[in-house]
Amino acid sequence: MIDKSIIQRWRARVGQRDVLAQIAVAVALFLAVYWLIDNVVSNLERQNVASGFGFFNERAGFGINQTLINYSEDSSYGRVLMVGLLNTLLVSVIGIALASLLGFFIGIGRLSQNWLINRLALVYIEIFRNVPLLLQIMFWYFGVLRNLPSPRNSFTAGDVVFFNNRGLILPAIEAGPGAIWYGLALLAGIAAVFWFKRRAKQARFVAGEILPVWRPVALVLVVALMMAFLLAGVPFSLEIPVLRGFNFRGGISVIPEFVALVLALSLYTASFIAEIVRAGIQSVDKGQREAAAALGLSNTQALNLVLVPQALRVIIPPLTSQYLNLTKNSSLAVAIAYPDIVSVFAGTTLTQVGQAVEIILVTMLIYLSLSLLTSFIMNWYNARVALAGGSHG
Amino acid sequence: MAEWTPKPARPAPASTVGFVGWARRNLFATPGDVALTLFGSVFIIWLGGVLIDWAFINASFSGDDRTACLKPVQGACWPFIDAKLGQFIYGRYPEAETWRVNLVFFFGLAGLVPMLVPSAPFKSANIFFLLGFYPVFAFVMLTGGMFGLVPVETTDWGGLLVTLVVAVTGIAASLPLGILLALGRRSKLPIIRYFCLGFIEIFRGVPLITVLFMASVMLPLFLPDGVNFDKLMRCLIGVALFSSAYMAEVVRGGLQAIPKGQYEAAAALGLGYWKTTRLIILPQALKLVIPGIVNTFIGLFKDTTLVLIVGLFDLLGIVQFHFTDASWATPETHITGYVFAGAVFWVFCFAMSRYSIFMENRLSTDRQ
Repeated sequence: MIDKSIIQRWRARVGQRDVLAQIAVAVALFLAVYWLIDNVVSNLERQNVASGFGFFNERAGFGINQTLINYSEDSSYGRVLMVGLLNTLLVSVIGIALASLLGFFIGIGRLSQNWLINRLALVYIEIFRNVPLLLQIMFWYFGVLRNLPSPRNSFTAGDVVFFNNRGLILPAIEAGPGAIWYGLALLAGIAAVFWFKRRAKQARFVAGEILPVWRPVALVLVVALMMAFLLAGVPFSLEIPVLRGFNFRGGISVIPEFVALVLALSLYTASFIAEIVRAGIQSVDKGQREAAAALGLSNTQALNLVLVPQALRVIIPPLTSQYLNLTKNSSLAVAIAYPDIVSVFAGTTLTQVGQAVEIILVTMLIYLSLSLLTSFIMNWYNARVALAGGSHG
Repeated sequence: MAEWTPKPARPAPASTVGFVGWARRNLFATPGDVALTLFGSVFIIWLGGVLIDWAFINASFSGDDRTACLKPVQGACWPFIDAKLGQFIYGRYPEAETWRVNLVFFFGLAGLVPMLVPSAPFKSANIFFLLGFYPVFAFVMLTGGMFGLVPVETTDWGGLLVTLVVAVTGIAASLPLGILLALGRRSKLPIIRYFCLGFIEIFRGVPLITVLFMASVMLPLFLPDGVNFDKLMRCLIGVALFSSAYMAEVVRGGLQAIPKGQYEAAAALGLGYWKTTRLIILPQALKLVIPGIVNTFIGLFKDTTLVLIVGLFDLLGIVQFHFTDASWATPETHITGYVFAGAVFWVFCFAMSRYSIFMENRLSTDRQ
């Protein structure tokens, strides 16, 4: 009994100490925040800087050289934010796609039995991940793209695609009114993928039967496309860019800032993704492949049903953080004046309006929500993959 | 009785040993392999040719201005690097005072190398030198204003000096801060836990560049009138806070890997929270995450280049700045400058990653 009461008293004392420590931290935190806000308010009053978000509706008065939505100098600062955000998303999405593709191939190359390919992949990884990304961005932009020939002497692929110091000029595909049928045909193909996959899975779980998936899907797609062709003919036309005077007319022109940024971001991130892919594939035990073979699964089946799901479980968490890193790193665009959110909003707008607190906070908040959103989606996907690997049939 | 002796074994077929055997196994095992090897060789020969042409055959090696680098087929413009090397290392640090920077570099190296070599003696004296004496020494020598040294404003610092100052301070600050944050995040006291969680998630969710913008534009607003840090100091604070959030997550990974039994054993021995943490948990946890810690250091080292965006001249910033020098404006100046700066960064980062692999192998006591 005596022992117990001593322990209880000791516990109570520790509990009190913990509560006191927390109260102290909370009070200190509150005072610090109060002091900071007080300073900000008095500093702003002294400098006569307006506060609040009224500037969102004011006229911006500067041009932006890549806009995915309608924008002119008369648009508001709120519109500037949207344009910047869309540009950030564009560069991130394309960068992520290219980095994944390249990283996957290099990661496989790193596992190749072929000594030469293996070493080449290693050299690539060691070079690109040990040089600062900002330096790589500047290298591609100031060193390479700005030194390309003028539009008159462009590099060209078959006089259809042009590459010069004004950027990359691609032919545009113009869709006529009948294109909707082709869209529907594609939708039918996608629906077929889901339907046949589900059917095959059910058949596998219920009867252990292996049903074909891709052959019927291809059949559906071909039939749908043929029907679209019968209904609408070929409603697409190719607009090929032509040199007029000093620049190209027609086609889609991609600004060099975009090209440099995507190039640098994907080459850099690919080196990290390659290592992740390699580690993921190596993490699958050799016995798994042997067991799959012993069960009579074909090579493809072993890959699809046994090896890839297990590798993905290891690959996805670090891959997610690489995707997030790429998105955050796209903010380095400001160094080469690609009009991303940091460049046009936390840069130009901040200089013009001068409301540092609001603008920096909004920018940070947007990146924070992008991060949280991405990790939310990837966690959901990860949970699905983990479940598929974890349930034993 | 003749003694039975076996015939000597025949040698292995010539095609399975030596270089031929190695090449057959590793380069020409299957038709696909042969194709890959051919493709790889052609690629290497092409790339090697381009690089050698650029760096040596078509390059200029001496000259005093841009005219040395205007050949019709021009490779690297090395005289540019040669002429600006002093700037690239010291920035605008007064030339008569660069011996002070050299002394700081020298003492740093002298303190660091024996620290990194496991068999070198006097480790505790060495730690005291690096953590106690050296920071004060470096601060006094670099800023001056004491002991008859001419004061040098941080706005005159530049080049490799700024890169190393930002990186070393960031590394030195982020490890202890990161450990505290990681411990706080696992604390059973909710207020401390949520504060650490919020801090870590916020700093990991935003790009470093916005943190630096905040440090350079917003920090002055947070301070009372008249109090101000200089720009370098503000960037140092931004970089340290940012990387400590990443460090915290790395350390947390290590903490999570420590089995519960270790805590219970420590409690059974009568150790309190801090003693348990210091003597039992952290030594094991940190050892587990050495690769992660070094990766964070490497990331931080590369991220120091971002300070150029808020107007400091680190190595990349000063190289970029000297491109505007009209007397060196040639088509090849940019690439030469970037290759030089890239090579310097690469050497530092690569050395760090190799050292981490070495330490990892040395410390892996459980897999021998």
